[in-house]
Amino acid sequence: MEVREDPAQPVLVFDDVSIGFEGKQVLRNISLTVSTGETRILLGPAGSGKSVLLKLANGLMRPDSGRITVFDEEINSMREEQLFELRQRIGMVFQESALFDSLTVRDNVGYRLMEQKVPEGEVTDRVTEALRFVELEQTLNKFPSQLSGGMRRRVAIARAIITKPDLILYDSPTGGLDPITSTTIIELVMKQRDVYRTSSLLVTHRLQDAFTLATHTFDRAQNHMVPIPNDGLDSKTTFLVLHDGHIVFDGSTHDLVHSDDPFLKEYLS
Amino acid sequence: MPIDSIEGLAKRIVLSVQDYAILTGRAILNIFQRPRYFADLIVQADSIGIGSVPIVLLTGFFTGGVLALQSASSLAQFGATAITGELVSLSMIKELGPVLTSLMVSGRNASGMASELGSMMVTEQIDAMRALGTDPLKKLVTPRLFATVFMLFFLTILSDTVGTLGGAVISVFMLGQDGSQYFHTAYQTLRFPDIIQGLVKPVVFGFIIATVGCFYGMTTRGGTQGVGRSTTQAVVVSSVLIIAVDLVISQFMIGVFGR
Repeated sequence: MEVREDPAQPVLVFDDVSIGFEGKQVLRNISLTVSTGETRILLGPAGSGKSVLLKLANGLMRPDSGRITVFDEEINSMREEQLFELRQRIGMVFQESALFDSLTVRDNVGYRLMEQKVPEGEVTDRVTEALRFVELEQTLNKFPSQLSGGMRRRVAIARAIITKPDLILYDSPTGGLDPITSTTIIELVMKQRDVYRTSSLLVTHRLQDAFTLATHTFDRAQNHMVPIPNDGLDSKTTFLVLHDGHIVFDGSTHDLVHSDDPFLKEYLS
Repeated sequence: MPIDSIEGLAKRIVLSVQDYAILTGRAILNIFQRPRYFADLIVQADSIGIGSVPIVLLTGFFTGGVLALQSASSLAQFGATAITGELVSLSMIKELGPVLTSLMVSGRNASGMASELGSMMVTEQIDAMRALGTDPLKKLVTPRLFATVFMLFFLTILSDTVGTLGGAVISVFMLGQDGSQYFHTAYQTLRFPDIIQGLVKPVVFGFIIATVGCFYGMTTRGGTQGVGRSTTQAVVVSSVLIIAVDLVISQFMIGVFGR
């Protein structure tokens, strides 16, 4: 069974964060922590504010109250120029991939490198390496419109990981995909977790995919995911559940599955 | 309640004007800060400027022609057909060249900007750009603003030229007037204030087209419907503003220069 290690240095901290739009409170008094090397899965029904929470974590939105700390720096009152520096260490995978449709896959994945004026040859090399991770090297010169939804999602992951970020934010990475393609995406998230040990916050409403992530590990030798022996759980993967703007659960997979809370039991059934 | 909704509407308008002013101010100041996206500016200048040349040529030519045609009967009453060239030239350079060219470019490019930026907004591409460390105002808005102002200046000159030519074609071949007299009076009548008025207007109108188009694009919400709404509003608002500001500029210029 899983063994919880001592909490390491936090990478992301939400402290009593609230935000509302047009008179409606979306998130209320949210407090959570993502420690180094941890993968936190935030579950919640569609429309519960999960994307808003991720955008707050990246400074794309500012909270109405509370503090958000990323890599020990408070970001809620930072200016946009200062946030650009911080975002070099954060990779974000958006819900619908958000690829730039007028650019090729190569220019999409290498976008940050091109902005940093990295030489063209090096950009191509690093893009090819990132695409190799998601097994899409052959799409280098294609446009996003020529790719399937699953392929676009994989390119979005390549774009997020190319600078080897210290924190990855995944916004419903398997949303809108069929089960087989979803498994491919979850496998990539798992590969990033197990091979590179990157801290991440993954929000999803797909329980199946979340539990796959918690109960499997990436086998480098076989180059695909395998179940953890003896019905084990990944020790670095923990859960948060969002309901009605509040965090109603924060803990391990084991505690979530064995919870007596009526809402959680109904939500997981 | 009716009073609340008026208050709400007033607040929304004031907020929009504030957001517009902030966007515009930052877009202008960005040219003084690195990084500068010169390549994007060239691409936009090509798309906005060179791409609009055909419609500007056609609009200018037919406007000049129609001016000559319509003025012929009125001028003939006073035996003053000799000043057709003067009339076409002054009207095109001071008024119709800048305004009609700007309205054409507004219809083509304010809508293009609003729809392109609006589509990027609703598909989270703008958020992705920010997440990847690029300022969308520097990358998208500033190049469009400076490209539109720069190219509209030259498009207006083109329109004025072609408009005067169009008037000449109609005057000579349809109204049987003397060509050299047409061009002579067209040139002789112009004074420095006329030219200044005719060239200040496209700079201001270009500014309006780009800032309004980009503003509606960057504030798009609500999926494809939202993009449609933004596109329509961008064209309508920029067109109305062009015509209203035209009056203000004309009055100001006439007040300063006397003509």
